Amino acid sequence: MTQAHRRLAFSATGVLFAILGLGALLVPFMTIAANRIVEGDGMRIWNIATPSATLPGLAAVVAGLLLGLPDNMTRARLAGAVMGLAGLVWLLVQGAPALLEGAGAYARVSPATGFWCLLGVFLLLAADALAGMAPGPVMRAELLATAVGVLAAVLWSGALSDLSIMQEYASRRDAFLAATWQHLGLAFGSLAAAAALGFPLGILCHHQIKLRSMTMPVLSFLQTIPSLAMFGLMIPVLAWVGATFPGAQALGIAGIGFAPAFLALVLYALLPVVGNTVAGLAAAPQAARDAALGMGMTPRQRLWRVELPLGLPIILTGLRIVLVQNIGLAVIAGLIGGGGYGTFVFQGLNQTATDLILLGTLPTVALALTAAIFMNIFVDLTRTSTDARND
Amino acid sequence: MIEIKGLTKMYGDVKAVDDVTMTVETGTITVIVGTSGSGKTTLLRMVNRLEEPTSGEVRINGTSTLSVQPHILRRRIGYAIQGHGLFPHHTVARNIAAVPNLLNWPRDKIAARVDELLELFSMDPVQFRDRYPADLSGGQQQRVGVARALASRPDLMLMDEPFGALDPIIRARAQDDLRRIHTKLGSTIMLVTHDMDEAIRLADKIAVMDAGRLVQYGTPAEIITHPATDFVADMVGDVERPLRLLSLIPVSQIMVDGPAEGAAIAADASLRDALSACLWTGRTAVPVERGGGPIGHVTLDAIRACAEFQP
Amino acid sequence: MRAANALRLTVLVLLVALVMRPKWFEVAFAPLAPVGGPVMYERTSLLSLSLNHLYLVIAASGAATLVAVALAILVTRPFGVAFRPLARSIANMGQTFPPVAVLALAVPSLGFGSGPTLVALFLYGLLPILENAITGLTNLPPAAMEAARGIGMSRWQSLTRVEIPLALPVILTGIRLSVVIALGTATIGSTVAARTLGEVIIAGLLTNNTAFVLQGGLIVGLFAVLIYDAMVQIEARLLHGARI
Repeated sequence: MTQAHRRLAFSATGVLFAILGLGALLVPFMTIAANRIVEGDGMRIWNIATPSATLPGLAAVVAGLLLGLPDNMTRARLAGAVMGLAGLVWLLVQGAPALLEGAGAYARVSPATGFWCLLGVFLLLAADALAGMAPGPVMRAELLATAVGVLAAVLWSGALSDLSIMQEYASRRDAFLAATWQHLGLAFGSLAAAAALGFPLGILCHHQIKLRSMTMPVLSFLQTIPSLAMFGLMIPVLAWVGATFPGAQALGIAGIGFAPAFLALVLYALLPVVGNTVAGLAAAPQAARDAALGMGMTPRQRLWRVELPLGLPIILTGLRIVLVQNIGLAVIAGLIGGGGYGTFVFQGLNQTATDLILLGTLPTVALALTAAIFMNIFVDLTRTSTDARND
Repeated sequence: MIEIKGLTKMYGDVKAVDDVTMTVETGTITVIVGTSGSGKTTLLRMVNRLEEPTSGEVRINGTSTLSVQPHILRRRIGYAIQGHGLFPHHTVARNIAAVPNLLNWPRDKIAARVDELLELFSMDPVQFRDRYPADLSGGQQQRVGVARALASRPDLMLMDEPFGALDPIIRARAQDDLRRIHTKLGSTIMLVTHDMDEAIRLADKIAVMDAGRLVQYGTPAEIITHPATDFVADMVGDVERPLRLLSLIPVSQIMVDGPAEGAAIAADASLRDALSACLWTGRTAVPVERGGGPIGHVTLDAIRACAEFQP
Repeated sequence: MRAANALRLTVLVLLVALVMRPKWFEVAFAPLAPVGGPVMYERTSLLSLSLNHLYLVIAASGAATLVAVALAILVTRPFGVAFRPLARSIANMGQTFPPVAVLALAVPSLGFGSGPTLVALFLYGLLPILENAITGLTNLPPAAMEAARGIGMSRWQSLTRVEIPLALPVILTGIRLSVVIALGTATIGSTVAARTLGEVIIAGLLTNNTAFVLQGGLIVGLFAVLIYDAMVQIEARLLHGARI
């Protein structure tokens, strides 16, 4: 760990990853089942296809684990993670058609424990290597765009279309697309609505301590209501609104569906938005506040020129919390006919169809991760620019 | 007696402490002075093995510090640091009792010791015992920090810039307290500071460190009158040397019999104070008193003679 | 202070009455129930559902606390420092996984019932505690740490007498977040057939019975508020004692 360390040293995390990864090679990598409901048979990595087909992928996985070993060579470790991930994709691409061959028309192949463990190991290796490189916001944005692009290209290419989850997707392509739009609409729409309501409320609370001491406990209480109940309670409220106000129904406001889910998400989102706006506005250093006061700024000028710019990172962090939280909570909308990926999750749970559950959860998780990383980058960008302004 | 022999500490290729050898007599205050980065703190921290020496050794009363486990060693050595380092979640009493607790003293003995120490530092035990550090002023926190270092009656006390965070008036009081307590308890103290005034005020012997090396080790008078290098001379300050010399000598040392005009000064005041009184009131002599009564006087000429450089 | 305590007591009494004697509340919930339909959930007693719900949350959060604090201690010791960035990334990124997704993903491997719920609650509850415990154990006052070593505490004594007590408020905040999330997520556990108060809500959703939805939601909400409040009180007391 000292600067004088020039010889090759092993990183402790790399050793852990290598042990976990090599262990994961020994458990079934894929399963093959007679149809989409029954439990499948696990296949170890060397049984999924002919040796000549699996060898390159296996080699890439092992090489990736080994590249993760050296300490202080973060680029090599990142390259190892990428190589390992490529190897995993290669193995899926080779394994799926080989296993399906002669297995019957309804046969399904899926990635199994071994695959998921290795995927986790390589993603953690990538995260660990990136933490060591400490890339700036711009580089992180590029990396994120690359990762999303490569993932999209792999899925688009149809190379994985033999996998069970992709077959589930193929049989409900339109429904999936609709669910995607609904999910995005729920998550981003509620974010926009919560921001539109929450910012002004936050600014008011910043100035009026009495309003703050009344608002914050109410919003905190809203957060403690379990999401399931919150969604359920919105149903009668909106049913009543739809039945009482003429024209409300024409706008799509009804007891079941998109509207109650949307409203529930907005209510959940208010606490982080208002809370972080108040905290952000209060975060301006006393010296900066005094200086603004001393040079004769009006309250409005102080807000726009001093308090808001200095508090922006904290306010945006509130939006990050809301976005990630709402992407996850929007899944519950599937229970009350609100659409979104939750539809597949709960259908899948009802049918005990694992791949349908995955079709709902994997895009949700991917969306939440992407949104979190994207918002982190955004927060960092505003932070560095306010830091620069402070200098 | 603390013997430091060939003590060296390397950080990578940098020598933080470079082959320091010195002996500290039992019952004295030794002050290690230097600029920041001179290695003075590292030297001190090697005595209780907060830093492990790269080479060399420390012997306390003949026993090598390497022969005991570090944390056992540290329990026998008092340790006070800048910014007091009190435990914020413990009361004043529990902070002071930290080391006796580690040593498993009986409870009543600990309680008695805590009260004794609070009284020693002029803090009312009833009032302060159960307070938390955050409730105390900076000066009080610092006194509790020193009290904690003294709690187990260590023979040796290490102090790392103990008064660094205090304002000048409180610092002067803390220094007086330390002098008084030292006289009373007679323990050996090694203290690190960057402040030459503090060193001259407190020290029986001063060790000056520069770039990891011990450049001079001697009494304050030696350091002032015969600085070994330009660096030491800089630390002492050319212009202030005569005044610093005078500040070391008590009035009683050059007092002669007979009366003098004007306000008197105390017999244990320094010649620097006497000079100041002469200059301010335009007198050539000031009377000296002890216990309210006059016992003699000092003359400006005598003071001047003491300040003169004698090679 | 007295008003707050009176409110606490009222909420507690209301909660206990709702769980033990649901019949008393029939009048209040009747307008929300479908005409002629049942007003209060009676298929299983609300008390046993509540106890089971709390049991799941306490078991999962308790285990999560033990594991998370142990992990945080490991990665803040000199020999575990290499794993700290990794632990931080896992805690950070893991929390972006939606609780529902964690629950749904646990089903294929563990089947239906309390098992997957317990695992999902445990895994999801681990992360906020881990994050806060690492933060708490790394942001300690340096002078106090230096003093702990300097006066001769062993590593273990420094950990148990200084580091953990000083980090405790931050760790407790993590546990509080974790417990409140677990209380809410456990209701979703009923979609995978765990016996929790979610059962009442789902029955209400399936039969269009708002009275069920409200009573289920209300009981969980009141539990959450009371537990949240109690933990805030504990933290405040600790913080006040330590004046950190």
